[in-house]
Amino acid sequence: MWNWTYAMSIIPPLLQALKVTVSATLVAFAIAMFGGLLLALCRRSRFKPLSWIAGAVVEFIRSTPLLVQLYFIFYVLPLYGLSLSPFAAGVLGLGLHYSAYMSEVYRSGIEAVPRGQWEASTALNFTKVQTWIRVVLPQAVPPVVPVLGNYLIVMFKETPILSAITLVEMLQKAQILGSESFRYLEPFTIIGLLFLIVSYPSSILVRRLETRLNRK
Amino acid sequence: MGVQLNVIDGEQLSIDRPIVRYSQVSKSFGDLQVLKQIDIDIAPAEKLAIIGPSGSGKTTIARLLMTLEEPTSGTIEVDGEFLWHQEVKGKLVRANEKHLHRVRGNIGMVFQHFNLFPHMKILRNVTEAPIKVLGLSIEEATERAVTMLEKVGLATKLDAYPSQLSGGQKQRVAIARALVMKPKVMLFDEVTSALDPELVGEVLEVIKEIALEGEMAMLLITHEMGFARDVADRVVFTDGGQIVEQGSPADLFGNPESPRLQAFLSRFRSGWQAGL
Repeated sequence: MWNWTYAMSIIPPLLQALKVTVSATLVAFAIAMFGGLLLALCRRSRFKPLSWIAGAVVEFIRSTPLLVQLYFIFYVLPLYGLSLSPFAAGVLGLGLHYSAYMSEVYRSGIEAVPRGQWEASTALNFTKVQTWIRVVLPQAVPPVVPVLGNYLIVMFKETPILSAITLVEMLQKAQILGSESFRYLEPFTIIGLLFLIVSYPSSILVRRLETRLNRK
Repeated sequence: MGVQLNVIDGEQLSIDRPIVRYSQVSKSFGDLQVLKQIDIDIAPAEKLAIIGPSGSGKTTIARLLMTLEEPTSGTIEVDGEFLWHQEVKGKLVRANEKHLHRVRGNIGMVFQHFNLFPHMKILRNVTEAPIKVLGLSIEEATERAVTMLEKVGLATKLDAYPSQLSGGQKQRVAIARALVMKPKVMLFDEVTSALDPELVGEVLEVIKEIALEGEMAMLLITHEMGFARDVADRVVFTDGGQIVEQGSPADLFGNPESPRLQAFLSRFRSGWQAGL
């Protein structure tokens, strides 16, 4: 049966854990956003080796489980000299994993920009960099913002997986509290609600952002 | 428009100090050869119209000059300099991007489908390149842009987005956008073909005015025969990737010699003869 006293008492530590979850999500998302764009640009490069490597990276990441990638970063890399904290390994793994998916999203956005835009840029003698920054990306990115925004919410809900590499985020905290008190109902209900309270308004914000960006 | 042309033989006209020279230019897309050893000169400030059936290679001639396609063989010179090649240690090699960028600055182009930047207002569409490519200040670029937009009759649309304009208005903006870069050669690739008929006239009027100012060479790829006859100093007829016939508008339209040109023009007879 639900115990309100106990529930109230565990809210502060769970909110602390929520902070960890949210910050992990945001950092991982930033890595995925920039990594994804970088991968998309490399895949379009006319320098064949670069384009091939980027393609191979994307395929590899998409074909292996996130959990395996996280274990590799957290447990295997230290053997080669790179020791990362659970938080750093977690955001790196999560960020790299989703950068592969986001690169596909960017790619579709870039390919949707009509060829005439590239040709008009050439006719006006823009450099390649100017063409990307002033003409192509401003048209490629706004239409894919909703999809990118959805990945933000997906990554937020994916953070419990980071508990596997000992990061004490919300799920891990709930498990710890539960095993201390033998009461699992309140911790898991509360974190479920916390996930909902953060995800749902976020998805509304993403939709609002989509409308604003695509108004023109 | 007086232009010095030296007739070498019946097939070729060579010009002293041309602004553009194509020498034995061929272009193939895979197995399909679209241009076959084309030789053509354009004189400074000359208005050259290119007519011909679809697939005859006329658009490719323009695209090669605008560096949108690379020649399979042959050379193109712009104002005495090779466009696609540069001399390295006395040998002609494929030009690097820096060289291409420099020579490309002499050429401007207006496209059939306008290609305005949809995420920029009209004024910014026209000022972006002068600021970013020519390095003009915002004030100078804006002044140039406003003057040009006034010239094409769109000074009231500075704050509009391209999606809010008609096809004819968009094309006039596209012309202004290309003109502010002050190219030595302007390419017009079937610029009225995508327009509703009632909007074609306003665009042709603008181009006629530009032609009368006389400073730029103009390469007009067009199906508007009456327009070609009014504006061009010389008309070139292409078919099957080659130049079949060329001459003054009066000669070409009034007295076509080759059977292919006669056949081509007969398809237009009802259309343009009304405009004679």
